[in-house]
Amino acid sequence: MTTAPGTTTPAPPPGAPTTTAPMPTTPVPPSITPDADATANAAARDAVWARVLLARNARRPHTLQLVAGIADRFTELHGDRLFGDDGAIVGGVGAIDGRRVVIVGHQKGADTDENIRRNFGMGKPEGFRKAIRLFELADRFGIPVVTFVDTPGAYPGAEAEERGVAEAIARSIMVMCRIRVPIVTLITGEGGSGGALAIAAGDVVIALENAVYAVISPEGCASILWRTAEKAADAALAMRMTAADQLALGVIDQIIPEPGEGAHADPAETARRLRGVIVEQLDRLAALPADERVAARARRYRDFGAFDDVGVPEVPEPPERPGLADRLRRALEPMGTRLGNLGTREGRDEPPAREEV
Amino acid sequence: MPITLPFRPRRESYPPDMWTKCPGCSEMLFNKHLEKAMRVCTSCGHHFRVSAPTRIAQLLDHGSFRERDAGLVSRDPLGFVDSKSYPDRLAAAQTATGRRDAAIWGFGSLAGRRIAVCALDFGFMGGSMGSVVGEKVARAAEGALAEGIPLVVVSASGGARMQEGTLALMQLVKTIGALEALRAAGLPFISVLADPTTGGVFASFAALGDINVAEPNALIGFAGARVSAGTIAEELPPGFQRAEFLFAHGFVDRIAPRADLRNELAAILDVLAPPAPEGVGGSVRRG
Repeated sequence: MTTAPGTTTPAPPPGAPTTTAPMPTTPVPPSITPDADATANAAARDAVWARVLLARNARRPHTLQLVAGIADRFTELHGDRLFGDDGAIVGGVGAIDGRRVVIVGHQKGADTDENIRRNFGMGKPEGFRKAIRLFELADRFGIPVVTFVDTPGAYPGAEAEERGVAEAIARSIMVMCRIRVPIVTLITGEGGSGGALAIAAGDVVIALENAVYAVISPEGCASILWRTAEKAADAALAMRMTAADQLALGVIDQIIPEPGEGAHADPAETARRLRGVIVEQLDRLAALPADERVAARARRYRDFGAFDDVGVPEVPEPPERPGLADRLRRALEPMGTRLGNLGTREGRDEPPAREEV
Repeated sequence: MPITLPFRPRRESYPPDMWTKCPGCSEMLFNKHLEKAMRVCTSCGHHFRVSAPTRIAQLLDHGSFRERDAGLVSRDPLGFVDSKSYPDRLAAAQTATGRRDAAIWGFGSLAGRRIAVCALDFGFMGGSMGSVVGEKVARAAEGALAEGIPLVVVSASGGARMQEGTLALMQLVKTIGALEALRAAGLPFISVLADPTTGGVFASFAALGDINVAEPNALIGFAGARVSAGTIAEELPPGFQRAEFLFAHGFVDRIAPRADLRNELAAILDVLAPPAPEGVGGSVRRG
């Protein structure tokens, strides 16, 4: 992938590794509540950050390397038929242990040159549109989909806005909601927010042990809520972004343990473990009737949410024909703001006049 | 009477509960006049942000709106604490706005046509989408589907609610899934993009209207502008991420000044979902 004329080479995303990170040697303690003492908090924060660094480790196997170990055969496909070919999102057709599959995944680089070519795995609109193309291809030919998620997030540059990155992500999610073939999603590294979710809305979502998943990067969250990116580790802890926490929240369905110190220590074994789980899920999903499978996928995502209903009674319908008083009032009053049970004091109704986002 | 300088209005002569300064042209606007002008500056046309109840009142036929699920309130699934805890932030927002969360949905009529409507509220925690906002958008879509009527969603949001973590991220799929069912049933969804429509809200339901209608100069974008600027050497293009920029790049069907918005939506719905002939009731639903 070449960068478009007029742009500079992209800056690496926050936390992009330039050297390999130190490996944790002790198991990670479970997440603890904020009201525990400061020492325990610091330990938990360090443990979570160690996972984040592992997920970002430069030597961690990336999608194409894993696919080489998982698939019997794989033919990479390119282009979005509209603008170009995004090196940050790869895909193609092949087979895993004899089962035909369409594969889509984020692709980070193995070295600086490749990272520049692949934009550090940060998808652009053309990448998400390539994914859409491949999902529709799979649906048309009745081939299950396997997605590999490993991205710091969608590329935030001006050209991405110009080419409609938000629409591309939204439509990719919509197509995943629509297609009737099984979808197995693996979070292998960083699950970076919307750029990850665009290809992560599977029937089942499985993460490697040291993968992380978050609605915003810890650096981004820290900048906004702690007012400094240096609090990224605190943000990472607060957001519960480890695979174990995501399992507890129900956002992922299963965790695959990694060999030794992490996937980077034994990519072949990691691929072997992934293949076993993928085949198991493909077979399980293929056994379901399509209607049932699509309904279950819709149900999975429909049920996400933590809220209560304090039960406010509905306002009863007014009488059908307004009286003379009502008709007069309506005729005389411009742009009334009366709204039945919505009414609040006028002064409190509006957001403050300051216009900052 | 104190002696006043003749050429500069003193601050005390513009009590803030009666006057508002326009961020666009710095004109002092009398609040009662501003309300009558639909909270659009009569001098420069700057569109002020409006609360969800005001938005609904401006769009729908007078007295027609019936709110649904007004009782939904957020929980604290992550036990999130930054400088304040999430429950504290929620309580502060509830006290400040008098509303339980950042969205309102219900049924009403627009130019005599029954619709389901959902409006987001930037005044409540920046209109951020957590479980309650996602639930209301989804229920609005399901309500439209159940009655076979169009859906209108007005977006005004800074994006996903960080304090709910990936549960907020999942709301993107939840809302999109509900819209997909509406689409499959042949029912129209009009997305109104108000200032601002950003992040995970833009990258989900807001971008996916059958028709996208934006307010003039609304900030509509995925990444924060400062982040976008940081990735390129040059300055950002003029009008970057404003409604007119999106219009020029093909992602918005119409830009409608607020005074015209009702009529624009009515005209579009007239074509997409014409009212049934007399005596049949409801709207025509394509098979």
